[in-house]
Amino acid sequence: MNDVMIEITDLTKSFGENQVLKGVNLRVNRGETVVVMGRSGCGKSVLLKHIIGLMKPDAGRIVVDGIEVTALGGEELIEFRKRFGMLFQGSALFDSLSVWENVGLGLLEHTDLSEEQVRRIAREKLELVGLSQVDDLRPSELSGGMKKRVGLARAIAMDPPVILYDEPTTGLDPIMADVINQLIRRLQATLQITSIAVTHDMNSAMKIGDRLAMLYGGRIVFEGTPEEVKATDNEVVRQFVEGRAEGPIPIYEE
Amino acid sequence: MNLVGYIGKSVSYSVAEVGAVFILLCVAVKRIPKAVRQKHLVVEQMLKMGVGSIPLVLVTSVFTGGVAAVQAAYQFQNYVPLRYLGSVIGKSVVIELGPVLTALVVGGRVGASIAAELGTMKVTEQIDALETLAIDPIRYLVTPRLIAGVIMLPIITIFADFIAIMGGYIVALVGLGINTHVYFTSLKLFLGGLDIFSGLIKAVFFGIIIAMMGSHHGLKTDGGAEGVGLATTRAVVSSCLLVLITDYVLASLLFRGVFAG
Ligand SMILES: Nc1ncnc2c1ncn2[C@@H]1O[C@H](COP(=O)(O)OP(=O)(O)O)[C@@H](O)[C@H]1O
Ligand SMILES: [Mg+2]
Repeated sequence: MNDVMIEITDLTKSFGENQVLKGVNLRVNRGETVVVMGRSGCGKSVLLKHIIGLMKPDAGRIVVDGIEVTALGGEELIEFRKRFGMLFQGSALFDSLSVWENVGLGLLEHTDLSEEQVRRIAREKLELVGLSQVDDLRPSELSGGMKKRVGLARAIAMDPPVILYDEPTTGLDPIMADVINQLIRRLQATLQITSIAVTHDMNSAMKIGDRLAMLYGGRIVFEGTPEEVKATDNEVVRQFVEGRAEGPIPIYEE
Repeated sequence: MNLVGYIGKSVSYSVAEVGAVFILLCVAVKRIPKAVRQKHLVVEQMLKMGVGSIPLVLVTSVFTGGVAAVQAAYQFQNYVPLRYLGSVIGKSVVIELGPVLTALVVGGRVGASIAAELGTMKVTEQIDALETLAIDPIRYLVTPRLIAGVIMLPIITIFADFIAIMGGYIVALVGLGINTHVYFTSLKLFLGGLDIFSGLIKAVFFGIIIAMMGSHHGLKTDGGAEGVGLATTRAVVSSCLLVLITDYVLASLLFRGVFAG
């Protein structure tokens, strides 16, 4: 099963003068987890938002499961998003809703399940991410790490075939980070979920990725398995993986 | 400074704004059938607008009625018998003061809170999150507020009218020595169906304006906390201006026919 689930071709995007994506090409096969690595501000979140249609590219195409996202609009686009789960970098929980309502909102809106049933499913998903007895709290009562995990529970609540993770482990302690890494692995292994995770946490990238891709200077400059990443002599990738200040990547933006 | 360029830019900006609000309104209206199925969202907004505004409207109206009585009595001096005080207060309150002052007070309170809430949701990516859950933010956030505005503004206006008339009555009774019977007889004497109708029609339009200005400025917020503050200010200022302009336009449309005919 090597059919392509997500195909990004020559994607470019600028914000005014700031050209963030300069021609990104990336393929993700069905059931595969690809990790996009890159420095803060290199355009990882922007890339994810294009895949789910929250941003429109200046040029280029994105095809997900045979559907061209970049050509969709209005109600079609809303319908299309049902096949995605997305974890936001800043969690983006709804502050006016309780934790279980946050996790269950998609189910409440799109299914005929009763409130009791949704509450039960929400509780199951929260347990998967290591949270219990927080159902009735408000997001403002949670720590940053807990918010991230509620966001993750919300992303997987509808059992979507594709999940996008924006920095899933940033801000978590190392132990909880590993719980999340394992959860992402397990989702991929048991449910054949296709996912793209973006991160600058190398440890997590190595653990969850079937393949890793390096986003640098607005392009994907390297792609390979974790083993290939360890063995590569690509200087940009080496510098990033080893976390060195010296190397080809400039510290200040030019 | 290039004045022509500046004016040109302001005009094209305003035209774009009006267009954007109009499109938002059209989409919000189109989503009404879907939105009314989720009554809890609409009811929640109605309660927020109504219950929260009552104390403010109460104070505003009671003093408006009182002032109307004092000022009318002063202007009547030597020209009009004081027993007509009730009709002048009734008419001005029902046609003009009730709807407009309610809209300005509620617009400040509710318009600001809509813009701040949606603006915060925008800058913290909660709007994006709604979209990723395949929930249309206009259907989920804007339409319930629009429906609530259209229903609640007339209701609050009726309440405000009543309180203002009572405020006028208290002043008339205590301060001017007009008795109850005289006040209410003259109140009914000239108060016609058109007066009440036009007041409520105005309120409906004001409800639309307040909900749409709050939503529009909230949804297009960017730039963090500062952006939210800016959106809130813009929502209040633009809804107050639009209320006054619309008031004039509606008054001309509703009452000019009467004089012409
Ligand atoms: N909505 C936006 N408007 C303008 N610039 C943006 C917007 N979103 C992101 N950017 C810019 O795009 C660049 C990449 O941002 P982002 O994708 O968030 O980086 P990261 O790789 O850390 O996720 C940054 O320079 C940022 O300033
Ligand atoms: Mg990011």
